[in-house]
This record gives sequence, structure tokens and C-alpha cells, in this order.
Amino acid sequence: MQSILKRELRAYFYSPLGYVFIGAVFLFSGYYFYSYNLSVSTTDMGTLFSLLFPVIMFLVPVLTMRLLSEDKRLKIDQQLFTLPITKVGIVLGKYLAALFIYVIAISSTLIEAMVMSFYGTVTWSEVIGNFTGLLLLGTTLIAICLFVSALTESQVVAAVIGFIISLFLMLSDAFVYIVNNDFLKTLFYSISIKNRYTPFTLGIFEFSGTVFFISFAALFLCLTIAVLDRKRWS
Amino acid sequence: MIEVVNISKKYGTKQALADMSVDIKAGEVVGLLGLNGAGKSTAMNIMTGYIRPDSGYVKIGGYDVAKDPLKAKKKLGYLPEQFFFYNDMKVEEYLSFICDIKKIKQGRKQHIDDMCERVGISHIRSRMIRNLSKGYRQRVGFVQALLGNPEVVILDEPTVGLDPSQIVDIRALIKNVGEKRTVVISSHILSEVQLICSRVVLLNNGRIIADDTPDNLRRSMSKPNKVVALIEGDSGKVKQALGDKSIFKGVTLLGQKEQGAYEYIIEGEEDSDIRRQLFQVLANAGLPALSINSGEFTLEDFFLKHVDIGGKENGAPAGEETADAINT
Repeated sequence: MQSILKRELRAYFYSPLGYVFIGAVFLFSGYYFYSYNLSVSTTDMGTLFSLLFPVIMFLVPVLTMRLLSEDKRLKIDQQLFTLPITKVGIVLGKYLAALFIYVIAISSTLIEAMVMSFYGTVTWSEVIGNFTGLLLLGTTLIAICLFVSALTESQVVAAVIGFIISLFLMLSDAFVYIVNNDFLKTLFYSISIKNRYTPFTLGIFEFSGTVFFISFAALFLCLTIAVLDRKRWS
Repeated sequence: MIEVVNISKKYGTKQALADMSVDIKAGEVVGLLGLNGAGKSTAMNIMTGYIRPDSGYVKIGGYDVAKDPLKAKKKLGYLPEQFFFYNDMKVEEYLSFICDIKKIKQGRKQHIDDMCERVGISHIRSRMIRNLSKGYRQRVGFVQALLGNPEVVILDEPTVGLDPSQIVDIRALIKNVGEKRTVVISSHILSEVQLICSRVVLLNNGRIIADDTPDNLRRSMSKPNKVVALIEGDSGKVKQALGDKSIFKGVTLLGQKEQGAYEYIIEGEEDSDIRRQLFQVLANAGLPALSINSGEFTLEDFFLKHVDIGGKENGAPAGEETADAINT
């Protein structure tokens, strides 16, 4: 796993992708920090974190789009699968590499909180809660988009499907008001990422939300391993 | 060292491999031979654990590839037919990455240096993989397969797409590797297999139709009453000229060798020498015999005799000869 993790981290920084992702998150985060904290002189970072939610939803598919689709397209998977490394190791290595880049990117919010602490009183519990929410959101989205990347050879297709799934998960609570079927209402409400994320932005550390994000991530990591393993059985 | 037991694989309705069993001993250099689609790559993919067979199993060094994949793969070095890798890596970084995966820690640098030296890629170690020619890529693939000194090396069509000088180099490398390791090489280049391998497994439509040393396979074709003749002229006329069944029991067309000249296996009565009669008959028919060779069969002759290009198996396994005569 470490060898794959090392390779993927290296690949992120040898290509523009890692810098673009980190730069984009820093840019949005900095802009919101300036607009909703510095210019209005408040230490409440709730708005910043809420606005980062859709940004993350749309940027994560870009971060993960090449992870497994590139292996498939270049037929590198054949070589990887005949080396003494497990598929779990391959998937976790790639997943953790993307998560590492993601953590670097969202750490901009902590830097901003630290900057503010020099000039005012920062409610750290709220900041940590928000940061944890953002981190959990990332763990889930990266797992989902990694799964999508395992399904196709095209990076563009992986990114587009990732966007669509992200959009669906972001808006799924809105569908509750559109559909009449009780089962669908419950389903859309249950899978709404926004509903689980919102308590964190209010500084509430919700255990059920944490379990939701982690179990969603674990489910999609297992599905990704199953997709890779399918080749051996097909 | 490699135990392949009753493996079968089906892709949709196509039976890619049917009940294949081979036992490869340590130190053997085995050539998997067959036409495109004969099942060579499928067999290799199963041996390396890339795909699973529908039935049967493969053991490498005593470890089942499906049940104990990590232990089995530690004993294995594999060069796929088309070797690709991350283009954004330098050769040295890539080899180091493979060492990471194979958990080669002690003396890693020395080991990589030695392997690069042996394969002749020391001078391209700092180059990006994407900028390498196909020949050098193939050599890098070789080095990665040999890293960690695996007991078994599996090479899937290693010389395809290389220029003649690269082919000579790669063959020399394979021979060198085969001195200390068990090597399985797939190819449809018969001369290559004849040069490199100590044993040949001939596959046709997913079935083994011959399994022996190249010499034994050639010998199984050679009998005093059999000759290989290169005859100029229409094959129909040859058929007519050699129509005397009391002298020529079987005539098998092997293929066109020169413009207007075809090669045949011509068989006479048991323990007879038909060369003089053949020369006489052809001269009388105005069909120039460009060469008549007795008992000098090649692996290619064996292959053409037993494998039909149309996908139909011609002959029975080695030793049970059945002349697929165009005229007897």
C-alpha cells in the first residue's frame, strides 16, 4: 500500500493536478474568508464552511478522475495485478493519496482560523467541528469518485459521472419535496450528504453523521475492490 | 515449479482454454506455441493470477495462485505482451517503485545497478519512460520482471514489435535468464522457440496438441521414407504427377516458399527411399524440384502439419502422425 501511496502522491505533484486542486480550494477558501470574515470583521467561519461544501463537491471528481481510469486505459492494471500486492493495497494506496492532497487543500481553513486568532476570539470548537465535517465529506466523496474511476477508461467520463453523483447527493434532500412515494422520500432524505454535513457547520459534532460518512466511504471502497476483482472472474 | 492442472477458460461462447495441464520443472525454458487466439496469453494470464480459470488451478513454487496469490506472485516475474507503465516516471523511479512493491530493501541500489547493467539500460536510467523506444521499454519491462530474482519468469511474446537487432539482444537475454530460472515464453515465432526453449507446448484452439523438446518434435516428423521437397509449379499439377499411390502414399502441402514454388512433405512406403523416384517423376512431369531433403524437418514443419491456419487441428499429438494429404 505504501508503495502505491508514494507513487500517487508523487504523481499529483509531478503533474499540475495536485497544484490545481490545492490552488483552487485555497482560492475559493481565501475569497470566502475575505468576503465573509475579514471584510465584515467577524470570526464566525460557519458561512465559509457552508460555501466550501459545493466547491468541494465539484472539485473532488477532478482530484480522483485519473486514479484508476488511467491504469485501465494504459493497461497498467495488468502489470499491477500480477505484482505481489493486494487489490486492497492498490485501492487504499490511491485513496489515501487523494485524501492526503484533500487534507492539504482544506487545511487552508485552519490557516485562516489561526490568522483570525491574532486579531479576535476564534471559537475553536466550531472551527474543529467544521473542519471535521469537511474532512468527513472528503473521505466519502473521494471513495465514491474513486469507485467511478474504476468503472471507466476515460478520465473525462469519470469526472462527469463524479460531478453528477456529487450533484445528486448534494440535492437529494430537495427531491424529498418532489416525490410522493414514502420509500423514495425516506431514501432521498437518508442519503442526503447536506443534511449530515450541516450540523458540523453549526459546531455540532454528530456521531450518526460521522458513522454515515465513514460507512459510505467504506462501502464504496469495497465496491471499488469488487470492480477490480471482477476482471479476474469475467 | 509451475503446476498447471486442468485449467479451462471460456469467454462467452469461445473456449479459450480447455482442460490444460502442464508440469514445468525448475530450470526448464518452456515455449508456449500457437497461432493468435490459440490460448497462449489466456494461459499466461491465468498462471500470473491476472485472471481466474473457470476450473482447475495453477501452483507456482507450491503456492496456489488463486488461494495464496501474494506468496505465488513473490516467486514470479512477468512481462506482459504489451508493456506499459506510468509515463510520468523515470526508469530509475519506476524500478525503485517495483522494488518497493516487491519489498526489496537491502542492497536495492546495487541490485538495480546489476540488473540494468545486464540488460543494457544503465545509460537510460534517468530518462522518462514515455521517451523510450519500444525496444528500450521492453528491456525496462525485462528488468522489472527480473527484480528480486524470481524463480519463475513468464514472458508473453517478448520480441513482438522489435527491430531485428533488438530481437537478437532480447533472445540472448532470455537464454541468459533461462540458465538460472524457470522461464515460460509465449511466441508464434517458431525459430525463436527452437533457439531458446528446452521444451515446447503446442496449443491449438485452447488445447495442448504437443508437449516435448523441439528436437523430439522434429524427430517425430522424420522418417527415412519421408522427404520435404520444394517444387516449382502449380500444386494441382504436382498432385497429378505424384498420383501413383504405390510409390507416394501421402503428399502434404506445407505452403508457398518462393514465387511459384511450394513446399511439400512427401511420404513413401515404410522403409523405402523415394528420393530418386520422386526426382524422376517430377522431371518427367516438367516440374523442377528446387530441393529434396530427407529427414530435415523443422519445428515449423511440425507446426504446419499439426495446426491448420483456418483454426482446425490437423494432426494428433506428436508421435501419432496423420498425414493431411492433398493427394494420396
